[in-house]
Amino acid sequence: MEFLNLAPLVLALPFAMFLIIGLFGYKMCPKFAGILGTSVFALTSIVCYGIAIQYFVANYGMEYPKEVLFNFDWLHITENLVISIGFLLDPISATMLIVISTVSLMVHIYSLGYMHGEDGFQRYYAVLSLFSFAMLGLVVATNIFQMYIFWELVGVSSFLLISFYFKKPSAVRAAKKAFIVTRFADMFFLIGILIISYYTQTFDFGILTEVIDGQVPIVHETMGGITLGGLSVISIAVFLIFLGGAGKSAMFPFHIWLPDAMEGPTPASALIHAATMVVAGVYLVARLFPVYSFEAPEVLEVIAYIGAFTSIFSAIIACAQTDIKRVLAFSTISQIAYMMVALGVSGFGGEEGLGYTASMWHLFTHAMFKALLFMGAGAIIHAVHSNEMDAMGNLRKKLPITHATFLIACLAIAGIPPFSGFFSKDEIIVAAFEANKWVFAVEYIVAGLTAFYMFRLYFRIFWFGEPDNGFEHEPHEAPSTMTIPLIVLAAITVITGICWAFGILQFSQFVSSDSLGYAIETHWSIALLSIMAGLIGICVAYFLYFKKTGRPNTVVSYIKRPYLWAYNRFYIDEIYLFITNNIIFKRICEPIAWFDRHIIDGFMNLLAWFTNSASEGTKEVQDGNVQSYAWVYIMGVIVITLVSILNYL
Amino acid sequence: MDYSNFLIMNHEISLVVVLIITLLADLIIGGNKKVFQYLALGLFTIHTVLGFTQWGSVGDETSFGGMYITSDIHSFVKNFLNLGTIFVFLFGFEWNKTENQKHCGEFYFLTLSTLLGMYLMISSGNFLLFYIGLETASIPMAALVAFNKKERESAEAAAKYVLTAAFSSGVMLFGISLIYGTCGSLYFDEVLVNFFDSPLHIMATIFFIAGLGFKISLVPFHLWTADTYQGAPTAVTAYLSVISKGSAAFALMCILVKAFSNYPDVWQSFLWWIIVITITIGNLFAIRQENLKRFLAFSSISQAGYVILGVYTGTAQGMATVVFYLFIYMFTNLAAFGVISSIENKTGRLNMDDYNGLYSTNPKLAFVMMLAMFSLGGIPIFAGFFSKFFIFAAAMREGETLLVFIALLNTVISLFYYLKVVKAMFIKTSENPIENFKSDNMTRIGLFICTLGILVLGLISPIYEYINGISFGF
Repeated sequence: MEFLNLAPLVLALPFAMFLIIGLFGYKMCPKFAGILGTSVFALTSIVCYGIAIQYFVANYGMEYPKEVLFNFDWLHITENLVISIGFLLDPISATMLIVISTVSLMVHIYSLGYMHGEDGFQRYYAVLSLFSFAMLGLVVATNIFQMYIFWELVGVSSFLLISFYFKKPSAVRAAKKAFIVTRFADMFFLIGILIISYYTQTFDFGILTEVIDGQVPIVHETMGGITLGGLSVISIAVFLIFLGGAGKSAMFPFHIWLPDAMEGPTPASALIHAATMVVAGVYLVARLFPVYSFEAPEVLEVIAYIGAFTSIFSAIIACAQTDIKRVLAFSTISQIAYMMVALGVSGFGGEEGLGYTASMWHLFTHAMFKALLFMGAGAIIHAVHSNEMDAMGNLRKKLPITHATFLIACLAIAGIPPFSGFFSKDEIIVAAFEANKWVFAVEYIVAGLTAFYMFRLYFRIFWFGEPDNGFEHEPHEAPSTMTIPLIVLAAITVITGICWAFGILQFSQFVSSDSLGYAIETHWSIALLSIMAGLIGICVAYFLYFKKTGRPNTVVSYIKRPYLWAYNRFYIDEIYLFITNNIIFKRICEPIAWFDRHIIDGFMNLLAWFTNSASEGTKEVQDGNVQSYAWVYIMGVIVITLVSILNYL
Repeated sequence: MDYSNFLIMNHEISLVVVLIITLLADLIIGGNKKVFQYLALGLFTIHTVLGFTQWGSVGDETSFGGMYITSDIHSFVKNFLNLGTIFVFLFGFEWNKTENQKHCGEFYFLTLSTLLGMYLMISSGNFLLFYIGLETASIPMAALVAFNKKERESAEAAAKYVLTAAFSSGVMLFGISLIYGTCGSLYFDEVLVNFFDSPLHIMATIFFIAGLGFKISLVPFHLWTADTYQGAPTAVTAYLSVISKGSAAFALMCILVKAFSNYPDVWQSFLWWIIVITITIGNLFAIRQENLKRFLAFSSISQAGYVILGVYTGTAQGMATVVFYLFIYMFTNLAAFGVISSIENKTGRLNMDDYNGLYSTNPKLAFVMMLAMFSLGGIPIFAGFFSKFFIFAAAMREGETLLVFIALLNTVISLFYYLKVVKAMFIKTSENPIENFKSDNMTRIGLFICTLGILVLGLISPIYEYINGISFGF
């Protein structure tokens, strides 16, 4: 069967589900709506897999082409300004199809159990479908404007999912925060798009990223040499675009929305805030990578530094959080920053482009094991009815499946072979080592910290000792709809890891900066170093949290101040609040509001008064007498004629 | 005579067949009005569907020595007039079943006759055929307006309509005779060559446009509109405000392009002013209306101004925007009339105050009405936004910045009164709201399609692309 012809279904099916469940869901029984959404998404997943596999098989060993499966002009505003909606297939979009469909399908299944009995169950599935549609549309975009449209749609569905429990004020606040922060960043993205398209006169990715002789001709020829305030326009544009990506991918200083976004239902967090939407920024940079690499290498360097800072910053915070979903949220920020670093240190072509491959590779593995961690956390929260570590402990016997899968995910994220995370993370560290020793040093420390905080979480939940007040009621393992996705994702984490350990289906054979597959060798010296970092992190966590002792408190008392800082997330949220409340609102908005209320509104009221009196004044003409109608008619004709003729003469 | 000339008149022939069958069926079926209505509606639907198929698109053809012209855009306009007429029939179904049972047959027959007149108006290549079409469309219309025989208002409305129609026909005929006298022909292509910008020609053009201005209700030829709309049965008002007005506007554009395009300055200079005062006066009057039919009358006057803004450009793109605007306007305005007629049928209430608190009792109707108002006001993402946007874009391309600016200011004013309706339905409360009721199935089908049109037509770009591809201009 030719799956490539079925490409429109990838977008049509989830969108149809959104409409059907969204419009008629309230008439369906909740279970039916859930199963309908899940089974149709399963179909979508099959198509996605079919497309990706056929694409990779057909082109294996050759240069992977950029295939446009369909592309129709949606709005034809002027000759050059055409907005199209299409389907672009290349190695990274094919990889993303697999990632999104897998995780989304797992979340669809998992939610059948997790969301069981919630009010608005149908609404949840409708929005989940909308999100899947938007995310798939984003990755297959053939042009940057389509990407922007779906980018915003993704933001909207994220907003709807975070505020799913809209009766909880904290959820509403979190949703608003997420929306405003990401939307603020999106503004930069839009400006970047406008600058690029103004010069190049195109939105099309195929044209924008075409590489000839070590440069991107369209960008080079139309924008090269033009500067604005001492900076080249190319750098400004691509940096603005990166800022849009930084908003969605929660890079410092836009990271503040992601921890709060955990107010949403846990499976939604697994899908959106761990595996798919938050990597959109990475995907965006990867999509435009040739432009960054050839035309604005200095921006790439900045990206590497921002990524390195974000990764260590959020790893430190993760060590001090007690809400398990927040630990995972900060870990997500840190891991996405890893991917950004990888892009930032990457060169172009073959071995040089190792960072590019590693970034996409880590995106792939991270999506799987982080979704697994979130869903595991969901199962735990489901069992103990709390997000706080203090309400957990010694759960390994009570939740055996969750325990086993959670452990696998923790080992993977800590970078222990042969789990999938080891390979991708190792390549990032190698790439950093070859490009920039400072960044390498930071990432190396982060690897150790990651292992520490993940195993702190693991030991704290599954070992340690039962909570002081006991459990509210006896925790029990989640239903099979929730455990099956856990097992599937754990299996993916293990099996892909083992495959790569034996050098089968190496990721670099599929994804590379120049679309030519190549073989990578494991650099064992660096790999051993990073395994050591991981092991040290695990050992420290073991020492502190394996059994219930006073050790953690003793350690905290030594580093009281830094601990408090990390616990309070370095007061970044407070700084934001200070800036918005005391500076923007008080100093800038209030005077503007005064001007608006008195001058602008006053002027508008004057206009309204004028319109009203004009309306009152002309009312007399319409007096209901047909004679006077005829009079007005003929006078109208005569006056127009006279004026026109006089005008002519 | 070459009878093969008839072969390109597919639409007209098919409509005449439907018309005759309807007339005969009314005689034969007689008492059983229900069967008759289904038959008439069914036949007309078949006619409409046929129009959309390959059979209905004849391509660029002229026949009878240039008397009759057709092309893809003509077919398209006829098709959407058909579609609008179906909606009017759907909304009038209940009314025809109850109040108007006795004269139901005449209603269908007269409506279809006016439609035939509009077909001829659109497709004419000669002023004489155009005039015949115009009268065929006008005279049965007067009878339709007077359909609520027992009501004084209806009769008054018809009297005003027929008097003004006669008057405007006179003015127009005078214009046409001046054209004939100076150009020596009534064929558009010959007028085009012989037309100059002499005072006599200017006068002829103005008299001609004034005659058509009556049908489109341009200011100052609009005074009949409010009284007639208010007095006529709601189904007829809907028909007048969309189908009759749409066909006249399109016909005006065709004639301006075909017969008067050598000296566009002649008509552009005064159309500029007519557009400005039409939009503004329509808006100013609409603000004060309490009766919803009157309210929509003035709103439709102001909407006509926007249509003429597209006509004014005279370009192919302008024609595309005019046709697209009318197409969207049909869905939007008929949705509003559908709601009004279903409420009027059930409760007889027509005032803005009666609609207070409608949302709490009839949420679906209130929702449809809200969409219609948003679309009429041109709020994105509804279809009405795109149609306005394209019109403004076409005018901007011709460099009419000031005109577009005035039109934009007026959209702001229009939002005020459109939102007043929404406010009444959603925010205000009432001691005595319209009770919850279930509309008949036909109205529901019609409203459903209209709503769908409002929501998606603007977003489906191939429609505009298609219209753009088949339009012509100078």
